[in-house]
Amino acid sequence: MNGFLAILLKEASHIRRQPSTLFFTFIIPVFEMLIFGYAIDTSVENTPTVVFDACRTRESRELVEALVNSRSFRVVAEAFTHHEYEHAVISGQAKVAVAIPPDFSQKLLAQKEASVQVLIDGSDSQVATAALHSSILLGLNRSIARAKVYAEAQQAAVARDPAGRATLPIDIRPRLLYNPNLESAHFFVPGLIGIIMQVVTLFLTSLAVVREREAGTLEQLFVTPVGRVGLMLGKIVPYAVLGFVETLVVLTVMVFVFQVPIRGDLLLLMPLSILFLLTALGMGLLISTVARTQLEALQFAFMIMLPSFLLSGFVFPRESMPEPIYWLGYAIPVTYFLEILRGIILRAAEWNDLVPHIRGLAVCCVVLLTLSVTRFRKQLD
Amino acid sequence: MTDAPVVIDVRQLSRRFGAKTVVDALSLQVPQSAVFGFLGPNGSGKTTLIRMLCGVLRPTSGGATVLGCDVVADPEKVKRSIGYMSQKFSLYADLSVEENLDFYGRIYGLPRATLRRRKSELLDLVAMHDFQRQLAGTLSGGWKQRLALACALIHEPRMLFLDEPTAGIDPVARRDLWDLLFELAGRGVTLFVTTHYMDEAERCTHVGYIHLGKLIVCGRPEQLKAMPEVTPAGTRRVEVRCSNPSAALPLLRGSGGVRDVTLFGDALHLVVEHAVTHDALLARVQGTCAHLSAQDIDPSLEDVFVALSRRYSLKESAA
Repeated sequence: MNGFLAILLKEASHIRRQPSTLFFTFIIPVFEMLIFGYAIDTSVENTPTVVFDACRTRESRELVEALVNSRSFRVVAEAFTHHEYEHAVISGQAKVAVAIPPDFSQKLLAQKEASVQVLIDGSDSQVATAALHSSILLGLNRSIARAKVYAEAQQAAVARDPAGRATLPIDIRPRLLYNPNLESAHFFVPGLIGIIMQVVTLFLTSLAVVREREAGTLEQLFVTPVGRVGLMLGKIVPYAVLGFVETLVVLTVMVFVFQVPIRGDLLLLMPLSILFLLTALGMGLLISTVARTQLEALQFAFMIMLPSFLLSGFVFPRESMPEPIYWLGYAIPVTYFLEILRGIILRAAEWNDLVPHIRGLAVCCVVLLTLSVTRFRKQLD
Repeated sequence: MTDAPVVIDVRQLSRRFGAKTVVDALSLQVPQSAVFGFLGPNGSGKTTLIRMLCGVLRPTSGGATVLGCDVVADPEKVKRSIGYMSQKFSLYADLSVEENLDFYGRIYGLPRATLRRRKSELLDLVAMHDFQRQLAGTLSGGWKQRLALACALIHEPRMLFLDEPTAGIDPVARRDLWDLLFELAGRGVTLFVTTHYMDEAERCTHVGYIHLGKLIVCGRPEQLKAMPEVTPAGTRRVEVRCSNPSAALPLLRGSGGVRDVTLFGDALHLVVEHAVTHDALLARVQGTCAHLSAQDIDPSLEDVFVALSRRYSLKESAA
């Protein structure tokens, strides 16, 4: 612990002399949050659609109306030829094209099967899946409505409600917990906090040691009796404090700007945030001891950032990833912290519920800090 | 150099980087309170040796003690009692003069009162009281070196290593820095200084010359100048001054009784046999130059190193 205080005070002076550090720590994350929080919306609505109604009867118009009312589709144009209809998707004018054949209502009235062709641009799988489901659902609903009318006419019904009206035999009643309006922000913003904390701390500390190596001050430090642990902790603590204040800032933005309330215990979230900060700082420090130049350190940091974004469950659900990738996610500290953040903020999870994630994060923290201290040698080579 | 206790004792110390041997089985002793000037061309291993003696670079083989501490077995132990000033400016440019001093004081764990006293003493020593609040990065070269010296001295080391402390600073600052170094030596601090400047070497109490990782010579300047390799028996050194020394050089070189000629600014340094008189020498160049004069001189350290390097490379190429 030799020299801990000396290093700590020195790092604090560096931060004070370099206002860009503070800007990077406090202003950039808020911007990032606003951009990410408002821009990322995973619910797919208003998919641009072109309709080619070759039938032009009451039945076909009802179908188009139902299409629009579903809010899944937005009719951007009408096609008048088969060529126009197909070209609408190729040109990118629409992602969905619906063709109602000329004999649509004729077949319906004759109680024959009437087909409606739906072309879906499958290149964006998320949009395509949503369009696929909505169009199938639309067909089902319209069919059931017709079936009901037919059944009533026959004085028959598959099932009846207590008031005696014809109804569906199985009634599914889903209830959305925690995020009843299915707002993406509720899912993204808490995760974003973890990601932002990692970005800022990783970049701040990954430069901490290598900067001194480049400036030659590290050699000067090696000649002093400063201890390894003292040097490392002295470098970490000031940035941990910065990171903690930054956490409070982004949490405030989350609660008051994005209206995502913290349902769980803030007093549980705080120590776990500090644990995560130390882990991220340890990671940065490890980079700093491995890298020879500042550029190399930045490259390493970017290398770590990408999997943290993609494999931690921040954007894509880990459950749908292939097995090896899924397990790889457990090697990324932010994976655990995202579970903790979402658990506490959205579901009011308690200590007991989060034990596996807390344990995982703690292991990462100890491993990273130990590695960076042991890897660091007070020797030039 | 055996009267004062030995504070640096290097025994057969070697350091290799890959296939390259940078310090080659080097042995030397430095007595207490010496100002040891360590000379040698670039890349000859000066910095590598200093780094090993400061305990920041592990030797490949051999051993060394500094102030009685074994720097190979326990490199941390010696660090409390030595100071080091590296070749490159290595203080924190974005900290003020005072903050840099504070930082090093705290690193060495000086109590608050001691730190305050040392700071004031050192600012006196390097005459930097007026710059206390200035950022180190904005100081000019000479002042940066003074601050680096002050930082290296904050914990009152008994031994100070300086790696080319005067490289790239102006002559006045250079002289001032050396005056400071002698003041420290007077207080009993042992100094180990590498340099390229012969005039600095002349001021040292002891000098060593390293060439390609090997210590070629080591001793007091006057001992070195008296070495028979420098002025062989039956010869003496003569300085010939004239208006056009470069024209005179080929006339003298190889002429009867002249062993060696070297150009030194506006003069020629000759090694001649005793039988050759001044007048005989001057007669040989009479036609080409005016304002002729000749006098016997003692060899300078530069003469010593030139002579020794030549002999050494001859031996090398013969072997």
